[in-house]
Amino acid sequence: MWEYTDKVKDHFLNPRNVGTIDDADGVGEVGSLACGDALTFYFKLDENGKIKDAKFQTFGCASAIASSSALTEMVKGLTLEEAKNITNEDIADYLGGLPKEKMHCSVMGRDALEKAISCYLDEPEKKVEGEIVCECFGVTDREIERVVRENHVSTIEGVTDYVKAGGGCGNCHDRIQEIIDTILGTERPVKKKVPALTNLQKIKLIEESIEREINPTLKKDAGRLELVDVDGNRVLVRMGGSCASCIKSPVTLKHYVESKLRELVTPELVVEEVQ
Amino acid sequence: MDVIYMDNNATTKVAPEVVDAMQPYFSEYYGNPSSMHSFGGDVAAKIKEARENVARLIGATADEIIFTSCGTESDGTAIRAAIESNPNKRHIVTTRVEHPAIKNLYESLSKKGYRVTFVPVDSLGRLDLDYLYQNLSDDTAIVSIMWANNETGVIFPIEEIAPEIKSRGIVFHTDAVQAVGKIPIDVGKTEVDMLSLSGHKFHAPKGIGALYLRKGTKFTPFMVGGHQEKGRRGGTENTAAIIGLGKAAELAIGHLAENGYERIATLRDKLENNLLEKVPNTMVNGDRDHRLPNTTSTSGSACTSGSLEPSHVLRAMGVPFTAAHGSIRFSLSRYNIEEEVDFILEKLPPIIENLRQLSPFWKQAIGS
Repeated sequence: MWEYTDKVKDHFLNPRNVGTIDDADGVGEVGSLACGDALTFYFKLDENGKIKDAKFQTFGCASAIASSSALTEMVKGLTLEEAKNITNEDIADYLGGLPKEKMHCSVMGRDALEKAISCYLDEPEKKVEGEIVCECFGVTDREIERVVRENHVSTIEGVTDYVKAGGGCGNCHDRIQEIIDTILGTERPVKKKVPALTNLQKIKLIEESIEREINPTLKKDAGRLELVDVDGNRVLVRMGGSCASCIKSPVTLKHYVESKLRELVTPELVVEEVQ
Repeated sequence: MDVIYMDNNATTKVAPEVVDAMQPYFSEYYGNPSSMHSFGGDVAAKIKEARENVARLIGATADEIIFTSCGTESDGTAIRAAIESNPNKRHIVTTRVEHPAIKNLYESLSKKGYRVTFVPVDSLGRLDLDYLYQNLSDDTAIVSIMWANNETGVIFPIEEIAPEIKSRGIVFHTDAVQAVGKIPIDVGKTEVDMLSLSGHKFHAPKGIGALYLRKGTKFTPFMVGGHQEKGRRGGTENTAAIIGLGKAAELAIGHLAENGYERIATLRDKLENNLLEKVPNTMVNGDRDHRLPNTTSTSGSACTSGSLEPSHVLRAMGVPFTAAHGSIRFSLSRYNIEEEVDFILEKLPPIIENLRQLSPFWKQAIGS
């Protein structure tokens, strides 16, 4: 449930300046259907270089429509120099604030305005710089850096609120955190240690993992692994079956057996072969 | 402000009869059903009656019903019990369109080393049964399939699936949270081992659910504690809520017996058919022939959206992004009346028309 200000509700229910301008001086398109919201913004200048008319079309939620409507009202009468200075915070402020999860709507407004101005100035379309971090919404590291710097965002959630990055599958969360850490110059807190296994538990778990996971896989190639001993985090094994003579067995040991045991038991394990 | 409420798959109003039934058990009869004295014993008798009513609603016997705190607890208890009872099996199966109570539990188990199969659905939300059967093996610990989908209302053929799962010696659980009370369910005729239900989806309060556990099914409790629920779920009984659930079950039995859902289905159909007619370029999500009587989910292209990610259910059905972002669900209850449907039919079409005019995609959407 979103808490909307009266002004947001008013601009959503009675949006100003809906439509297109056929002979627009500048047009800016942002967003896409796949991302869930999109905005096309148009402006027309008068003889003094001031914006005399602005219109928009938006596909999106109530805040996206209200932000677009607000933007068109805000820019009227401004020169392009003045309009350039409008930030996403200005759009949100004009509406008396937006729910923080919806700040990306104001960012979309600012982006559309910037694009429309570039379009008028006939600047080469700003290529999306940087590399895509969030695959779901096609957000680059540059865009994420920008909100961290300009909007003082310091959490992954905050980044999602402003540019949607990280709001889909969540695979990019680590990368977003890295970007935040780099900019804010903070070290990432050391990962909490999982309570250590007792020796007995560790040995049992290693045994079980070999029997249940590893040997059934090796068996497909007629191979077999035998646990010889566990010394601290060193796991001593003997390769049997066809593995004993296989030239690739050191690779299997490191790449498959060790990583599997690290995954299933504890990441500190080192697997060594004994003859 | 008058409220027209058609979001009954999210939650329902507590029936006035249920409130009345619960009322005395807060301040008058507040005894502990485990107590040896009659002040507690009288409450225990009421709980027994509630258990019998819940059992009757799904064709079970009273001792096969375990009261829980919600549908999610019932689901979690069932899946964990099946896994713990089959420690050597490492494969678990469910569908791509489950409620988060199952979906997220399976995803977390997958990170713990379980192999997970998510069975796909077709564009009408129907389960790919061949895919399901082909992926079962000796290593499969449990299959969990929802009885009816919360978003589209599509009903899965649990009666038909159950014997296929059972004949392979696999535990079968169904999340019937959306189905119980809305369609007849008889576990006597359907070979499920476990079934989850939730009170607040059929006019009992929130915070009460139940797990049906077929006699003879291996079980380990999720909440270990006292001897409540025959040691299958520790913790002092939520007496008033249990009594409320019993009353809601009794009402649902009566409602189903009188074919009360036919009236709801008629209202739903009126709403759906008229919306399709008044709002062009709109489609129904899901199989209209096998659906809960109270649910309609429709998508209209290039309209509006409120979430970042479109629903995993609609995406699994291959509903295009544009439509998935612009979909709306109505779910009715026995408290809805025809005037409310008429009101929506009057107000909604112009709202959608306005939003479409606002959209930069609308022209190209109708062009294509």
